[in-house]
Amino acid sequence: MQIDQVLHALKTYEGPEIRIMEVCGTHTVAIMQGGLRSLLSDRITLVSGPGCPVCVTACAYIDRCIALAMTPGVKLYSFGDMMKIKGSTKSLSEAKASGAQVSFVYSPFDVLTAAEKEPDTMHVFAAVGFETTVPIYALLLQQAAEKGLKNIQLLTAIKTILPALETILSGTENDGTEKPIHGFIAPGHVSAIIGKNAYLDLARRYHRPFTVAGFSPEHIVAAVYQLLQQINSGRADVTNLYTGVVAENGNAKAQKAMSEVFEPGDALWRGIGTITNSSLYLNRTYAAYDAGSQNLGDEPSESALCRCRDVILGNIHPIDCPLFGTACTPAHAQGACMVSGEGACGIWYRFSPKKPGKDR
Amino acid sequence: MCVAVPGKITEIIGSIANVDFHGNTVRVQLGLVQATVGDYVLVHAGCAIEVMKSGQAEELLTLFDELDAIMAPEKNDAN
Repeated sequence: MQIDQVLHALKTYEGPEIRIMEVCGTHTVAIMQGGLRSLLSDRITLVSGPGCPVCVTACAYIDRCIALAMTPGVKLYSFGDMMKIKGSTKSLSEAKASGAQVSFVYSPFDVLTAAEKEPDTMHVFAAVGFETTVPIYALLLQQAAEKGLKNIQLLTAIKTILPALETILSGTENDGTEKPIHGFIAPGHVSAIIGKNAYLDLARRYHRPFTVAGFSPEHIVAAVYQLLQQINSGRADVTNLYTGVVAENGNAKAQKAMSEVFEPGDALWRGIGTITNSSLYLNRTYAAYDAGSQNLGDEPSESALCRCRDVILGNIHPIDCPLFGTACTPAHAQGACMVSGEGACGIWYRFSPKKPGKDR
Repeated sequence: MCVAVPGKITEIIGSIANVDFHGNTVRVQLGLVQATVGDYVLVHAGCAIEVMKSGQAEELLTLFDELDAIMAPEKNDAN
């Protein structure tokens, strides 16, 4: 099959209306950068999913990070995209300006080096992320244990993607207004760890097709086409277009490291609430490396008008929120989806903050 | 946040590799993969998370062939 045939089929599609969710924020960026919506018939809608770990990090977690960073003898480290997300009062960047010991790093392994250099300081990494990042935390702690380092800890806010997708599919969080998702573009790099077959159970139980795709426009176009064909022929298979990276059963070595260090538990998702067994916490063997990650409590609410929850669950596009581009912009964000570089609202704003129309 | 970039391993020293990204060499943790010099690895947050089966360019060339292969069962069903 040639790409021009695929593009023609997508543009001239006149069948039933379908909604496809791209789960991963990096896919959302690629769709906006490539202007891919303009290649699709009006009957095909792409909606953004919950796959930005920064956007779903609870206010209470940021507050806990700041409290640690203000504690004498403690240094907090974070990925850069976490720095601007507000807790109940301030962000890590603002806390840093007030004297908190916060640094952002490229890799969690930078903390290992720091811990060796400064043995009298407790070095805490703000460990957010999905399955892509979790094995790295596991490897870090295994190396810390081997070296006998006792001055490294993780404050974890890890999320796992399958329970979140099940929440969307089962509608247990529904308020009755959302529209169904007919198929999913599965996140490419989460899938590198968990494998293509991880989606089989959801595909079978909810009768929805999944396609694992890479991040080039060609991959995304091919994924949309393939999901469209499946949806219209009543199929619900899991397919893989990212075969150079994603194996049937994922990365066994990474999964082993995760299972040696972490165990499942409930997680509080900003904008959504608590999802059962959607997180990973340090297990008993590694409990001494936990900086106090459990029991984040109830989420303080966002602005009453903020519709981050509906954006994350794929019920609405960012432009459908009354605050989008007016009261809520990246410089003055009301919700976390606008703050993060991979949050759906932030991405939509970056590529077209004002122009109305379908391909925004 | 799950951004990951492919690079080529040029040297391995213990559990660390030097990985070439278009001329820039970066030190990368190898503990989550089985890789050798010359392999392309996908690197996320300073750590290789998977060995790539081939260079990305080659994969794109075969993408639409794979689409044909994946669509084939449907054609068979229709028949």
